[in-house]
Amino acid sequence: MSLASALKTGDVTELPSRRDEDWRWTDLRALIRVLPPVSPVFEGALGAGPFDGLADGVLAVVNGRGDTRFELAAGLTRTVALRFVAAASETAHAARLSIEVGEGARLVLLESYEGQGAGYVVEADIDIRLAKGASLERIVLAADAADAVSISQAEVTLSPGASLAQTVLTTGAKRQRLETRVAHPGAHASVRLDGVYLVAGQRHADITTVVTHGGVDGTTSQLIKGVVSDQGRGVFQGRIVVEEGADQTDARMGHHALLLSDRAEVDAKPELLIFADDVSCAHGNTVGSLDDDALFYARQRGIPELAAKAMLTEAFIGEVIDRIGHEGARDVARAWAAGRLGVG
Amino acid sequence: MLSVNNLQVSVGDKPILKGLSLDVPAGEVHAVMGPNGAGKSTLSYTLAGRDGYEVTGGTATLNGEDLLSLAPEERAARGVFLSFQYPLEIPGVPALTFIRTAVNAQLKARGEAEMAAPAFLKLAKLKAGELKIDFEMLKRPLNVGFSGGEKKRMEILQMAMLQPKLLILDETDSGLDIDALKIVSEGVNAMRGPDRAMLVITHYQRLLDYIKPDRVHVLAAGRIVASGGPELALQLEAEGYEKYEKAAA
Repeated sequence: MSLASALKTGDVTELPSRRDEDWRWTDLRALIRVLPPVSPVFEGALGAGPFDGLADGVLAVVNGRGDTRFELAAGLTRTVALRFVAAASETAHAARLSIEVGEGARLVLLESYEGQGAGYVVEADIDIRLAKGASLERIVLAADAADAVSISQAEVTLSPGASLAQTVLTTGAKRQRLETRVAHPGAHASVRLDGVYLVAGQRHADITTVVTHGGVDGTTSQLIKGVVSDQGRGVFQGRIVVEEGADQTDARMGHHALLLSDRAEVDAKPELLIFADDVSCAHGNTVGSLDDDALFYARQRGIPELAAKAMLTEAFIGEVIDRIGHEGARDVARAWAAGRLGVG
Repeated sequence: MLSVNNLQVSVGDKPILKGLSLDVPAGEVHAVMGPNGAGKSTLSYTLAGRDGYEVTGGTATLNGEDLLSLAPEERAARGVFLSFQYPLEIPGVPALTFIRTAVNAQLKARGEAEMAAPAFLKLAKLKAGELKIDFEMLKRPLNVGFSGGEKKRMEILQMAMLQPKLLILDETDSGLDIDALKIVSEGVNAMRGPDRAMLVITHYQRLLDYIKPDRVHVLAAGRIVASGGPELALQLEAEGYEKYEKAAA
């Protein structure tokens, strides 16, 4: 059951629906009655992506066609932009891409979802494998159209001593899901799975992550923050599984959301499933509104209400952005947040 | 400068200020003293424009201009500064960023040119030095993890940077040890001037040993029930508020 398989077979009953526990807040079956026609081959000039200036090379998948594989050889260090562009309107496509990072290699992947069309229905599946001691910092900037349906699913498999640091930044779509599944071997491998959703209008953003710790001595750290206004909806599903025998696992999960309107909604499901004895796991989950006292304090000093709200909101999500390791990407993320929140 | 006339304020449905009148001319420092629950904080929050303080009657003007119809930021731009009893922590916003945003927002609201970064930093360094504030501290999120004394010094620093016309000090001495009290008081005294009025709101006389008022008012049960010179504060310290509370009840 997936959007990609439905697009392949043309059978809408293949779409995930609320009857699937993992999709109960991001129901596609009820939303899509008829699958749109397949997206055409893109002809023309693509224009620059949000990370082009920062990358050594660019991979592009436009209307579902383009690069299908990337391999970074052992010991190399690269910064690569990966662009998924939906350039047509009212059409559908799915794409699949695999990435291999060789032993000890270091990859910064600057991934963007660029909605240049409207009303599209798309899925991108990425299979990522990290060899021993390899590292990947993956920054995902999802800028989909307001009336689009967009699904991204990444499967990441880590080898011992590998590290994954990920930050997902999204403004949502009509229905959007950014999902990451990590096979964590323990063995001094480390995972950071962060994210920010800034959802306005009638948009919907779903950040779903599953980390499965299969061996001893693994760490996972997660910080997701969301700001939802108007009739927007934010969804966070975070599951950390610590399998039997995966002792000395250290896993921390935090999800914190601000609701800026009465009709905004956040659905959160943090889950720790622990089958090992000797582990250190914690999670925190809060949903609230801006602190009225802090807001009054800022206004009393002369900062107008809207600017004060923007300042406090930007500071709220700044904690996630500060954790981005790649300096250039951090600046892009900060500017992205400032632009969405109406700061400066 | 500040003129409050027959001010009546309710919080929820409960009347707190019941016809409070007070004039603070430019160049003067007035103390408002009173027992707990007399309405001291209500007075300062109402003048600053906080939500939840409903004005049901009376007026408050600054240099003849109605304050009560203005938003808090508009009052700030006209020169009202409330030093909080418990200054708020602002996570994620460095103190310097917060202060610069406030300074420039006020300048902009008054139609003046905003302050460029180098000039701002130079002034902030100078003022922080005068208040014995380590400049590195200004790079940290405002008030987060600061001690009571550090937070109050941050209030005085903001005052010094914003150069307000009317200073309202709400229980500024609470939570301060004697050394911090001295530094804070010196900072406040340095702000005294012919174009500035101050309203010092306090429960105890102690603060007034350091910030000497021109006039002292006793606030009890929502009204000013007595006014006098600095000697009134000493008398209150010796005799307590009991007789005023009885008279007001």
